[in-house]
Amino acid sequence: MSLSLVRPVLVSAVLFMAITGLAYPLAATGLATTLFPRQSSGSLLRHGDTVIGSSVIGQDFHTPHYFHPRPSMTGDLPYNAAASGASNLGPTSAKLRDTVRERAEAFRKENHLAADAPVPVDAVTASGSGLDPDISLANAHAQAARVATARHLAVDKVDALIDRQALGRQWGVLGEPRINVLALNLALDSASIRTLP
Amino acid sequence: MSIDIVQFALLLALMAGLVVVAGRWLTRVLTAQNHWLPERLGYRLLGVDPSAPMDWKRYGIALVLSNAAMMLLGYVILRLQAWLPFDALQRPAQTPDLAFNTAASFITNTNWQSYSGESSLSNLSQMAVITFLMTVSAASGIAGCAAFIRGLAQREARDVGNYWADFTRIIWRLLLPVCLVLSLVYVWQGIPQTLASSTDATTLEGATQHIVVGPVASLEAIKHIGTNGGGFYGVNAAHPFEDPTPLTNLLHMLAMFLVPSALTYAFGRMLSRRRQGWAFLAAFVVMFVGFLSVEYPAERHGNPMFTSLSVDQTPGAMQPGGNMEGKEMRFGIAQTSAFVAVTTAATTGSVNAMHDSLTPVGGMVPLFLMMLNDVFGGVGVGFINLVSFAILTVFLVGMMIGRTPEFLGKKIEAREMKLVMLAVLAHPFCILGFTALAAVWPGASASFANAGPHGFSELIYAYTSGTANNGSAFAGLNANTPFYNTTIGLAMLMGRYFTLLPMLAVAGSLATKRSVPESLGTLPTATPLFTCLLIFVIVVVGGLTFLPALALGPIVEQLAMTASQFF
Repeated sequence: MSLSLVRPVLVSAVLFMAITGLAYPLAATGLATTLFPRQSSGSLLRHGDTVIGSSVIGQDFHTPHYFHPRPSMTGDLPYNAAASGASNLGPTSAKLRDTVRERAEAFRKENHLAADAPVPVDAVTASGSGLDPDISLANAHAQAARVATARHLAVDKVDALIDRQALGRQWGVLGEPRINVLALNLALDSASIRTLP
Repeated sequence: MSIDIVQFALLLALMAGLVVVAGRWLTRVLTAQNHWLPERLGYRLLGVDPSAPMDWKRYGIALVLSNAAMMLLGYVILRLQAWLPFDALQRPAQTPDLAFNTAASFITNTNWQSYSGESSLSNLSQMAVITFLMTVSAASGIAGCAAFIRGLAQREARDVGNYWADFTRIIWRLLLPVCLVLSLVYVWQGIPQTLASSTDATTLEGATQHIVVGPVASLEAIKHIGTNGGGFYGVNAAHPFEDPTPLTNLLHMLAMFLVPSALTYAFGRMLSRRRQGWAFLAAFVVMFVGFLSVEYPAERHGNPMFTSLSVDQTPGAMQPGGNMEGKEMRFGIAQTSAFVAVTTAATTGSVNAMHDSLTPVGGMVPLFLMMLNDVFGGVGVGFINLVSFAILTVFLVGMMIGRTPEFLGKKIEAREMKLVMLAVLAHPFCILGFTALAAVWPGASASFANAGPHGFSELIYAYTSGTANNGSAFAGLNANTPFYNTTIGLAMLMGRYFTLLPMLAVAGSLATKRSVPESLGTLPTATPLFTCLLIFVIVVVGGLTFLPALALGPIVEQLAMTASQFF
């Protein structure tokens, strides 16, 4: 009985590897690159010939005249898109408590907030991927004054830009209102060029 | 908050709508008489007769042996990866224990990952090992369930179908068409699908960012349709390339529910007992809603430590709030809580947030769902597990009223009960046994990322996830050591085949019995009363077995968190 199974067992392994492991993903690749060339290669953004990032992947900003993304735990350097990662610290971790305290203090300091000012939770917690492209609207508005000062702009102009760049829930229902940091900073750069002398 | 409830309602409504459509299609696939051209070519290459009947033993042997050959092929490719073409990043081959763990993980539909995808697997391995094993393990699970259902439907016969025909049809008629369409929708929403390996970007601040890409969308589609769960990237569906928008998140969840819920409908049609199918689906849905309504408030309420540091976690129009450590902004609390519950109910194991950073109660929900292992459950096996508990329920009720238990018109006797108990007990035995072993094994605790009760939670989560063939993790645990790779690998194999094979034997045994007419003493099994009894038995048997272990992990941690104690 078992001897008659040798051929189908061995042949099926190779045959279905070829069908489901090669033919299927290659067919999907062919169709995807034809129908959605931009998304299939990673939704890359370009300035001329230079790739400046991906619209769905977060990138690091630490200078005062850009909005800053959420804390990232991707290995040695933040927003490393070749090594996604998270803190994996549990809710009773002393290390998490100390890290959140340090981040909250640093956030208040760089944004010139009072020592006991509330800080939006997404500004002091690391995302799941370490590559979160978005921040909350509360987080963006908390950074607006700093960015405005660094760019010699009026705060209400920056606030208005935040509101214009805000992403609503998808189809009005799904997910959360948020703002894409890279898109916001790109808009900021082009707005600066227009408004500055 | 109300918009969050709307999102949950939308998920359940769409799932319910898909049950009928997918259930009808699945029934047609499993009862088809014709052969498509590519299927006929396949049978010729395999040298099999697709209409030859098999009894449960022959069916089971074919399933196990073909799985073994596929696992071996996957192992060989992983070991040879460094010498195979198409990898610009030149990623090295996996070590023997890691390759064993990976191959065992994917053939058993677990998708536990001791490695991180972007640094450990080439695009060829992601396709020819991961995508391949994901598809065939899902097809094997559905085929096993089809044989099981036929066994229940048969009267005084041995035939439970032909494994090669089931396996081939499920791939050609169900998995491949659905996955191809779904992967294109995914690409439209921003999931990459390319043979390139990476792109270098120069960021606005002038730094270089290596962006790893690959054939992600085709993997994501089968990963969720087949309730597999292994990610292309290390952080799985938390990665923006695996789950870029709230819409893809919703589609992921619907895809995970698709086959497990459709199987209840197919079961009802194939046995001409439609009410029974709906009764089983109702049990799934009631338990799922119950668990979700614990998960969501726990995460939304957040961590009192944040408030004590003057961090604002109040939900509102400007922020989702709640426990955002390890979560992504686009999903917030609602879409994350739903995903946590779906991925562990349907034992997929894909994660869109880091379960290790959930609140204690928020982390206990996925743990407990995997311990129960039959709230929807993985493709095929989840349904089989549910039926094993249904048989246990009629047995317990039969004891109470002093009648011989009957199920679907068949007498349940000593042989079936022994096999059912073997399947039911193998699960906690494997989870608790391996956890106990690891707790005393020298050096095993060095892998913990968190101290205190959370470290124990990481450990029991790992073996629960492996045994339940889920694959999600409290990912702080460094499981890439020979001890963990080997023991979790064994837990996955035992969890898969020690429940599947005894239940196939039950079906084979019931198939040979004659049908007994319903009498006044028969317990009707398609009623709300029975559904409640079934849920009761599942929760009590699951709860009593695992409660002491849960008390040492998440329960004590919840008390510590409210008392502001840190470790």
